Amino acid sequence: MTTAVAHDDHHHGAPSGIKRWLFSTNHKDIGTMYLIFALVMLFLGGGAAMLIRAELYMPGLQILDPDTYNNMVTNHALIMVFGVVMPAAAGMANWMIPMMIGAPDMALPRLNNLSFWLLPFGAAMLIISMFAPYFPGGGTAVNTGWTLYPPLSIQAGMGMDFTIFTIHILGISSILASINIVTTIVNMRAPGMSWFKLPLFVWAWLLTGLLLIMVMPVLAGGVTMLLFDRHFGTAFFDAAGGGDPVLFQHLFWFFGHPEVYVLLLPSIGILGMVVPTFSRKPLFAYKPLVYSMMCLTALGMVVWAHHQYTVGMSQTVTTYFMIGTILISIPVGYMLFSFIFTMWRGSMSFETPMLFAVAIVLMFSFAGVTGVMLAVVPADLQYHDTYFVVAHFHYALIPGALFGIYAGTFYWLPKWTGHMYNERLGKIFFWWTTISFNMTFFVQHFSGLAGMPRRIVDYSPIYMEFNVISSIGAFAFGLSHLLFLYIIIQTVRGGKKAGDKPWDGAQVGTPGLEWTLSSPPPFHSFETPPLVK
Amino acid sequence: MSTTSDHYYVPEPSRWPIIGASGVFIILFGLILWMNGVNAGMWITALGMVWIAYLFKGWFGEVISENLSGDYNEQVDRSFRQGMFWFITSEVFFFLTFFGCLYYLRNITLPYLGGEGYLGASHMLWENFTYSWPPLSLPDGSGYVEAKHAMGPGGIPLINTIILLSSGATLTWAHWGLKKESNRQLVLGLLFTVILGVSFFILQAYEYGHAYTEMNLRLDSGIYGSTFYMLTGFHGLHVTIGTIMLIVMLGRAMKKHFTVHNHFAFEGVAWYWHFVDVVWIALYIFVYWL
Repeated sequence: MTTAVAHDDHHHGAPSGIKRWLFSTNHKDIGTMYLIFALVMLFLGGGAAMLIRAELYMPGLQILDPDTYNNMVTNHALIMVFGVVMPAAAGMANWMIPMMIGAPDMALPRLNNLSFWLLPFGAAMLIISMFAPYFPGGGTAVNTGWTLYPPLSIQAGMGMDFTIFTIHILGISSILASINIVTTIVNMRAPGMSWFKLPLFVWAWLLTGLLLIMVMPVLAGGVTMLLFDRHFGTAFFDAAGGGDPVLFQHLFWFFGHPEVYVLLLPSIGILGMVVPTFSRKPLFAYKPLVYSMMCLTALGMVVWAHHQYTVGMSQTVTTYFMIGTILISIPVGYMLFSFIFTMWRGSMSFETPMLFAVAIVLMFSFAGVTGVMLAVVPADLQYHDTYFVVAHFHYALIPGALFGIYAGTFYWLPKWTGHMYNERLGKIFFWWTTISFNMTFFVQHFSGLAGMPRRIVDYSPIYMEFNVISSIGAFAFGLSHLLFLYIIIQTVRGGKKAGDKPWDGAQVGTPGLEWTLSSPPPFHSFETPPLVK
Repeated sequence: MSTTSDHYYVPEPSRWPIIGASGVFIILFGLILWMNGVNAGMWITALGMVWIAYLFKGWFGEVISENLSGDYNEQVDRSFRQGMFWFITSEVFFFLTFFGCLYYLRNITLPYLGGEGYLGASHMLWENFTYSWPPLSLPDGSGYVEAKHAMGPGGIPLINTIILLSSGATLTWAHWGLKKESNRQLVLGLLFTVILGVSFFILQAYEYGHAYTEMNLRLDSGIYGSTFYMLTGFHGLHVTIGTIMLIVMLGRAMKKHFTVHNHFAFEGVAWYWHFVDVVWIALYIFVYWL
């Protein structure tokens, strides 16, 4: 692959000061802002999680009243899903996709900035929702969990309106970002960058973007109906008026289940970059891997009701959703085997991104196994709404989404900043998070199987040992992120100079053009499209 | 259009996106206050609307002048087209949500409430409720204003169907005019389309008034009123937005902004209008007729 990075004379370097950041049209700057936003929200959502674990450290009420506890549960989920994982993945897409496919920028740079700036305003709305109970006539806190099921969400106070509009704002943001990313991938590839030369990360984001374009409007419609039921007397979710609360559950999970893949796929894409690099071997079965991602995307759209086995759907319906859900383990299993076979007989080395990648393959499989258990209707009737479910989806989302983002951060930090991060600290961070994460959530399988219900502020003393272990693990997990912050600041401010291609295996497999640029890359890259041979 | 740039146009830093994001925030914040009985909320929402109107004028004005000065090459044009395509796709899913709800309520929820099927447990709750569509009497109408009549397919809805279908035709006729470089046909076609769009809007407003005052069919008339107003209301909102976009296109056509090879804005609006058209046909069949 050869490239010519021509610098145009009518474009100058970075604009300075406030204009550069507030009014940006540069994909790298917007990507940076996305990542900083996600990092800030990570600490906010993490703070909520710490409060939850502190409350659950002992049976009985410790520090939170039940309403506030449920509000923390709600906002922990909303912040982590909409404020951390999605923006972080979008930030990486912004940074990397144009550089990988040889584009001068995102296809619609101003729209790109709009998608970003909606996020802080959405976050402001979310934070206001937490304080709404203290307003005059504010009513109860948003105590429904992130699923916002009626009728509880119809009875909740003013905070619910803020939460609903938060979802609207963040939803618009991610629809616009997805439109932009999909258009960029389809329209902005450099000549010769054909579909099956695309890095796996680009494929992953193409499918993520398509999913978001299809499912985000459904959630927007659903919460709009919720708003109308709350204020304008409609009867969508009220059986007395001919409506159905279960309808909301269908709408929510029609969005909510694909959302899981929205969170997962970008990380699978990052794995597809990291594993070949540190195995020094091309990705095993790249094309079938892409097909299996497509398969996952399609199947993911039609299995949503496995979240609602207990609401009284007919046996035919639950059987269909059970079979569909179990089928998903085929493409997912395929992906994981693909990564394992990429490592097989590779010349492996274990830098921090690779450590995370190996951990993801291992621990995400664990979530896959409990996922199959939960997919089976008769079994799920026992597990439903217990800590077993909590353990399952934290094993899915922390390794499956968050660790992927950590792997991507360590993998690309040298490219973004031009400095190598401190490898020793990176490894400490990896072991610290992995051990404390497992300590937090592994025991929740047991407390769940023993019958501990989720989303309840108090619990029977028989579950105490599990919860003490879990809380200590959670505090350690939370604390580890201060080290993460420290490593990032340290790397941004200085450190060993990173070469254009800081990883010697980076050109193996199907990388994009990102390694042909300098580290850090110039403010405008690829103004003249490079030719990919 | 003078010359076409050989580079992909990457705009200079722009203040519009952050204005847009803050405008959305102001509107929604005002709406929340307003819905919760704080009247100042209405003024905050109005302020946000003005803010957004300023945004549209500024942002689109900037894009138009960039386009006229020849900054955009074919690839930029493709980006706009694909962006519009995916935007309409997301709108399709937004409407599918409400049609899906209608389907679900009519085929699953209400029959169950009427006691059908082995899960028809609600029969124990409201034994006198029998299901028929439209459900003018509700399982428990105490919290609702029950409608007197259902909306039929004849009369205004039929006229509106004819209006919207012909507006699709006049818009295509305008497009043909653009293709054969007849500006007169383009302007006339757009003018007819705008007139038809506005007439649709007026008739729909009249129909709503009629439904509210005489038929007692309201937003709070239970599930029939809810689905009726949700579907037709969001469609009406899209017709309004589409008509405003058509008026802008009419103005631009009169200024001769469009050429045979450079008229994405017109086409984007045309796609949007046809989409609104198709939604209406589905509405007419599933909401008014069946």
